[in-house]
Amino acid sequence: MAIQSGPALSGRGMRRPSRRGGRHEIGDTTLGRWVRIYIPVLLFLFVTLFPFYWMLITSFKSPSELLDFNQSPLFVVKPTLEHYRHLFTGTHFGRWTLNTTVVAVVSTLISLLCSILAGYSLARLRYRGADTIGWGIFVTYLVPPTLLFLPLAFLIRRLHLFNNLWSLILTYPTFLIPFSTWLLIGYFKGIPRELEESALVDGATRVQTMIRIVVPLALPGILSAGIFAFTLCWNEFLYSLIFLNDTIAKTISVGVTSELIRGDDFFWGELMAASLLGSLPVALLYSFFVDRFVAGLTAGAVKG
Amino acid sequence: MSTATQPAPAGRAAFRRPRIRFFGQEAPLGYLLLAPTLFMLVAFLAYPFVIGLWLSVTDSEVGAIGRFVGLGNYRYEFLHDRVFLSSISNTFVYTAATTVFKLVLGLVMAVLLNQAFPLQRFVRAALLLPFIVPTVLSTLAWRWMFDPTFSVINWVLARSGLAAHGVNWLGTPRTAMASLIIVNVWRGAPFYGISFLAGLQVIPIELYEAARVDGGTRWQQFLRITLPMLRPVLLVVLLLSTILTFADFQLPFVLTNGAPYSSSHLLATWAYAQAIQGGAMGIGAAISLVLFPVLSIVIAGMLIALQRHD
Repeated sequence: MAIQSGPALSGRGMRRPSRRGGRHEIGDTTLGRWVRIYIPVLLFLFVTLFPFYWMLITSFKSPSELLDFNQSPLFVVKPTLEHYRHLFTGTHFGRWTLNTTVVAVVSTLISLLCSILAGYSLARLRYRGADTIGWGIFVTYLVPPTLLFLPLAFLIRRLHLFNNLWSLILTYPTFLIPFSTWLLIGYFKGIPRELEESALVDGATRVQTMIRIVVPLALPGILSAGIFAFTLCWNEFLYSLIFLNDTIAKTISVGVTSELIRGDDFFWGELMAASLLGSLPVALLYSFFVDRFVAGLTAGAVKG
Repeated sequence: MSTATQPAPAGRAAFRRPRIRFFGQEAPLGYLLLAPTLFMLVAFLAYPFVIGLWLSVTDSEVGAIGRFVGLGNYRYEFLHDRVFLSSISNTFVYTAATTVFKLVLGLVMAVLLNQAFPLQRFVRAALLLPFIVPTVLSTLAWRWMFDPTFSVINWVLARSGLAAHGVNWLGTPRTAMASLIIVNVWRGAPFYGISFLAGLQVIPIELYEAARVDGGTRWQQFLRITLPMLRPVLLVVLLLSTILTFADFQLPFVLTNGAPYSSSHLLATWAYAQAIQGGAMGIGAAISLVLFPVLSIVIAGMLIALQRHD
């Protein structure tokens, strides 16, 4: 379900409870709104966004300015693109970005394909064991990557996939498929059975009704699942840290933490430039699809 | 792919009883569609999980499966490894403390965002940003903000006279744990907030109107209507968040990686340190498997609570 923006649904009754509960007039004055809404919102915004601001200005500071606290560190006096230049000429940042993109796109597509099929099967077809398998897929949440990375390292070595992007493309679906299957089951169940049944009566096969009727109607859900899956891939760290050691094969998170930190030397300018650039794709994707993203995020939660 | 319209194969043991046969024609297609998912999950989740169980009872090193040592790894960890024991308590403290803060801040955020004000949509999008951005990258920014000599937070504290020398954020065991908790709350609270907001928006307004007619104060409305109506969302969010926090690796690995003096290790980072940096695969597997029974109990509890609600 799409999440509507607040104003349409926010009633007077859902305001933040005032400390002085009895005097409800306080909420309607300008001062009251500042105390009740604007100041808390600004505080939240400040704490949320400051680290990003700090990334941004650090990435533009010259090395000498980075370590000079005699002037205010909160602003840049002489902005420079030096760190960005070094990132692209002195490291393989471009390659890392490409790797991350390839892995995220391919494993998202694989996971979507698997979960559309599985979700349809579990939501629409009646056969023995469907419920059990559905719960089984849910229970895989119990096995986070932290539990699996060591045995997976063994398996990946056996398959000769070390330093190969396939090591990630094959393992990411294990945490993408369960949530997208559950999300899609919800969407598929929301599509009226009658639509499919009338097509079946007209002689369509199950596979045809799935591809022609159910999947197109569930596109918003598929988009949500895809965006969410892509974000999860982009953020993954543990598997790529273990499976990829070649500079050329690394993803952004791993490349940045392993090559821009040398022992106790942190190249903060480059690190922050890379963090900013590495966050940009998901932030942009997200800003175009906030509502879809939020729907994906909360679909399970609201349906509970 | 025309199996859909064919009757189920007669030989299938599962469908012998006539009661089931009625629905049986959908079974072949049902299983066929499940096949890719089941293959991926069995090959790269269930099977490695079994390998993990096996590794944890061997003395394996990186690259070679070792001898069977029974419960030796577990015995060693629980009896002799002090870092392991502290990583268990750290993991519990980390999960409990961050959950409480995220819960409270998430509720406040949701109630705030549920009101009409200018730029409300923009604010909502901005507040979710920490949850979107790769954890490793945002944690790097925090590490730089907690830098021992060039911490911008300490600069502000010193300038404003709150603490002349600032705080040695990552330098002492207590402050290192506090720093981990701060960054985790910063990252995770938006998830709570946005989920709760979605939950708030499906509460019928009539409930509040009725409460106001009966003279209920805002605080009473919050306690008697908002919280009970949020219960299902609350449980699911807690469930997911507990699993992710308990098994968290990225954030503690980048921010402290156990420093100072292996005092701030969580189970995940200690398993990594032992297995990958120390080469003791068997011991590392045993450490990470300790997560499993704990997670199982938490999740079983939450599922029971959820079902009771339905």
